[in-house]
Amino acid sequence: MKTKLTILTLLTAAGVVLAAPQTFDFKDPKGVNNAGFKLDAPLEAINGNASGVSGTVTFDPADPGATKGKIVVATSSLMLPNPMQRQHMLSDKWLDAAKNPEISFEAKEFKNVQTTGDTTTADVTGTFTVKGVSKDITVPVKLTYLKDKLGDRLPNQKGDLLVIRANFMIKRSDFNINPGQFNDKVAEDIEIQLSIAGASPK
Amino acid sequence: MLLVGSLVFWAAAGANCGWTKTRVPTKITDAVTGLEGVQWQSKFVPGVDFLGAAGVGAAALASVSFLFRKTKAIHPSKP
Repeated sequence: MKTKLTILTLLTAAGVVLAAPQTFDFKDPKGVNNAGFKLDAPLEAINGNASGVSGTVTFDPADPGATKGKIVVATSSLMLPNPMQRQHMLSDKWLDAAKNPEISFEAKEFKNVQTTGDTTTADVTGTFTVKGVSKDITVPVKLTYLKDKLGDRLPNQKGDLLVIRANFMIKRSDFNINPGQFNDKVAEDIEIQLSIAGASPK
Repeated sequence: MLLVGSLVFWAAAGANCGWTKTRVPTKITDAVTGLEGVQWQSKFVPGVDFLGAAGVGAAALASVSFLFRKTKAIHPSKP
């Protein structure tokens, strides 16, 4: 009886360990992780991209709806093809990158979670922070869990990958980025496209 | 000449109707995750501001050229 109980306890403990959520680090040594942004104003279209992505996400393949985490983009990593436009964008008149070095999204709650195989789609509500202004928004995301694929991406490493894709829109007036001004050249709606992969080494 | 040269250079560089670019994005794809990333490469692509500057420069040179016009040589009248 004692032996059976011990085995049962060990199996339960192993189950708990196996089902434990994993932490994925989104600092990408390959430099592929990026957040694109697009503003389409009547007189001018602005297309840019940020590569300074970091942050961690806790993901449990057995319970994707319990995912939590925070993704951070370094404001100074925002790039535009025109250097003067970029200088203006990062200046104190627009994003004020010196005082607001980070743009972040912290996930709080997952809703409408649907999992098919390794892919989960959900509507994530979280706090989006730009230029020091935080606002709760809901973003549709797609998570893809790639078990044991870290070694394929980074040789000599073993572990899992979590790919996150999200497309959403914010309004610059919601984040005090020159609200109501220059709307003919700098669109009010900012389309954001997040394409990132995180690693959980074993 | 300056204006024509600038127009030819602008057209040869892709006739970019936006602002001048000093870097261009190149897409890279990660084979494992399928993610598309962007790498920025330094490249000068003249835009409409470049054409405008060339136009202003050409007009300025044309204006200055009037200040240094050759005066007609005065030939002594034949007897």
